Amino acid sequence: MTGAIFRPETAADVVDAIRDGQGPLAIEGGGGLKGLGRPIQAAATLKLDRLTGVVEYSPTELYVTFQAGTPLADARQALAEKRQRLPFDPPDLTRLYQGGGADGPATIGGVVAAALSGPARVALGAARDYLIGANFVDGSGNPIRGGGKVMKNVTGYDLCKLTTGAFGSLGAITATTFKVLPVAPAEVTLALVGLDDAAGQAALSAAFRSPFEPLGAAHLPADIARLIDAAPGEDALTLVRLEGFPESLAYREQAIRAYLPKQADILVLKDEASAALWAAIRDVAPFQAPDDRPLWRLSTAPTAGPALTAKLKSALGGSAYFDWAGGLIWFAPPTGAADAGAAIVRPAAHAAGGHATLMRAPEATRAAVDVFEPLSAPILKLTSGLKAQFDPKGRLNPGRMYAGV
Amino acid sequence: MLRLGVHSQTEAAAMVQLPDPDPEILAARDEIVAALRTLIAAPDGVIDHPDEIKPYETDALTAYKQTPLAVVLPETTAECSRIMRYCHQRGVKVVARGAGTSLAGGALPLQDAIVVGVSKMTDILDVDYENRTITLQPGVTNLGVTDVVAADGFFYAPDPSSQLACTIAGNIGMNSGGAHCLKYGVTSNNLLGVEMVLPTGEIVRLGGKHLDAGGLDLLGLITGSEGMLGLITEATLRIIHSPEGARPILFGFATSAAAGACVDAIIASGIIPVAIEFMDKPAIHATERFAHAGYPLDVEALLIVEVEGSNAEIDDLLGRIQAIAAAYEPAYERIARTSAESLAIWKGRKSAFGAIGRISPDYFCMDGTIPTGKLPEALARIGAICDDYGFQVANIFHAGDGNLHPLILYNANQPGETERAEACGGDILKLCVELGGCLTGEHGVGVEKRDLMTEQFSEIELDLQRRMKRVFDPKYLMNPHKVFPLAEPLRRLEAAE
Repeated sequence: MTGAIFRPETAADVVDAIRDGQGPLAIEGGGGLKGLGRPIQAAATLKLDRLTGVVEYSPTELYVTFQAGTPLADARQALAEKRQRLPFDPPDLTRLYQGGGADGPATIGGVVAAALSGPARVALGAARDYLIGANFVDGSGNPIRGGGKVMKNVTGYDLCKLTTGAFGSLGAITATTFKVLPVAPAEVTLALVGLDDAAGQAALSAAFRSPFEPLGAAHLPADIARLIDAAPGEDALTLVRLEGFPESLAYREQAIRAYLPKQADILVLKDEASAALWAAIRDVAPFQAPDDRPLWRLSTAPTAGPALTAKLKSALGGSAYFDWAGGLIWFAPPTGAADAGAAIVRPAAHAAGGHATLMRAPEATRAAVDVFEPLSAPILKLTSGLKAQFDPKGRLNPGRMYAGV
Repeated sequence: MLRLGVHSQTEAAAMVQLPDPDPEILAARDEIVAALRTLIAAPDGVIDHPDEIKPYETDALTAYKQTPLAVVLPETTAECSRIMRYCHQRGVKVVARGAGTSLAGGALPLQDAIVVGVSKMTDILDVDYENRTITLQPGVTNLGVTDVVAADGFFYAPDPSSQLACTIAGNIGMNSGGAHCLKYGVTSNNLLGVEMVLPTGEIVRLGGKHLDAGGLDLLGLITGSEGMLGLITEATLRIIHSPEGARPILFGFATSAAAGACVDAIIASGIIPVAIEFMDKPAIHATERFAHAGYPLDVEALLIVEVEGSNAEIDDLLGRIQAIAAAYEPAYERIARTSAESLAIWKGRKSAFGAIGRISPDYFCMDGTIPTGKLPEALARIGAICDDYGFQVANIFHAGDGNLHPLILYNANQPGETERAEACGGDILKLCVELGGCLTGEHGVGVEKRDLMTEQFSEIELDLQRRMKRVFDPKYLMNPHKVFPLAEPLRRLEAAE
């Protein structure tokens, strides 16, 4: 991409940049997620990485407002100082992309625009569930406020949810307000050793049939576990994460075993060891650059995960692992296929009742095949219709999600 | 604003204007009813007899009544689609209705509209414990969902006070909350997928058993859209395994400020209780007289804090909470040691609204939300506002999430009092916005708060939302009299014609 780069320092500057400018704008934060989405043709870039910092943080009221360009690491740090967190555990995916991290850090605006949620999503909810306020500038240069700073709010349409995962196509996000929650004092992970994918997934479903509130549930086949430094041993690992006050945790760690398969050996990872493993799962460490294979992210009903993955692997080869109790599949087919395996992946995901996103592929591939799940005709009409209301001239990240949108 | 009480309401009290009915549609009533009858199978699925229509003239906002053209009760998605397609082509307005428990007039009809009710759409389609989902037709009641899965240890988390009657369709329409939102979230956080019929009659699916439906978050947009963007015909909900147990502790404080500070301190400690309920002195007294829950009468504020887990975990957490609360010198405290003692503590809170109804002929139940730190200021200023108007007020609310429910006590039989009470309520909601909160936390805007929307949103923001509605509903036929101040859409409609 060439052309002018606008780097506004205030939300008012963002308004001016959009209002006074002409033609399509590529919108980015740190720029580390440029490889995610369809390639776009834009004469200029609106880079929001100077829009940083905590605007307002009220730990006892459980909300925080960040400017959109705030680095994710800074946001986490600000909350950690008060022993709080973003409950949806946002991943830093910039390291999936060649040079992604070098362009600039993952930002909080990028997390929202791409709707990125980590392993805790299965238990506590997604980015869209914790975004309670969003300020953005629409395609006509109007500053718009969605939501506010209270966690219960049904006043008008929910613009926060619509903004989350819109990849900047409806507005340039300038500030985001989240509901935050305390960090539990302790955590523990039970790691079941050596289960195959189907047995591992079944164990994760069983954990959620207990009253012990797992915080995370993932399954790492042996080839993946070996790629993660924080994963013990050489075998497949089926992971159940618990958190709480120490006394409570000691009890739950024992009690939940009654729900897990009897035959499997169980390793116990505590606190830092547990957190390091889940951070690797969250940030998709097994597939980070310099790995440059195509990378798919599939979402399906958890019990459908193993069979879907077996189908993909038998057709294309490659490797995969499971988060969200088996419902989130990270799948990397081998390099080579011009369509990154789309001809196999899309119908298989659809048949399993889920959907797939091509998270990483060469630019030419992302221009040629759908990156996001194709939309049915009426949904595409609604999507284009909403885009036309927020951005009548099609200036904001045009075509990033869907051609012509 | 909800009016309840022993006296009937006078319709003249209604302050919110409704659009004039379209005379052409009114005149074509027989033709429209006959056409609707051809669209659905059940012989009793179209109601047009005046006596049978009566229950559909209003909802829990009883001050407003409108007799619709007819009521249609479809049984299938295909029937819903045919109804919507016909209404779109014929230009007939549509008001979707769950159980009619809206406190904001969300189900209030119009004379030139039909009501589409979900009372015949009550099938449970799929229960899937391995994936923790239930899929059902949206006429199932909120409590009905938990009833289906409770024997297997599961429950559906959102728990609005009307949960015995209210439907999932209505819950989705209003994004209903409840007492346990602090831990489990509201409807939108527990809804995984829907099938819906667009105002044009097209059938679409959003989400499913998987997480993070692809594309724009239309599922998030339609949740809480107050029946203005389509008819929900099927829903897939998250069900959760119940904790081993739950028990509350009850505190009485000498001041509301101490109670508010105690809430902050509990949350700051890292404990997230499943519910934190607050009652002020008038609410305590009214409740105690009615329910005899053993609440202390000499305190200004009462907190009920509930936690979940095993017996030992609950004891541990309640002990921690007790230790935190000690700094705020509670004048009274009582831990529930057994489920019977838990019920006794909750008995007062759960009968509070009925109790207020006993001491006052009528009341308005407000529903603003404020940042929780503003609690003491909000209570003082709400008291002052009500004093100015000469009304008593009782405060009952979800303290953990700042969702206030001030009850303004008044007598509708006194001339002019309803209007003054409505104005008083409006001032309280404006205060909520001024304090950094919002007009409605869980009841919805409906017709009740429609004209207050300009307090919270700019004209540009309201215009954007109206234009979003038109993407779904090009002819502005679904609930056209709700949520947004009226003048603008009418002007636009006229311009379009």
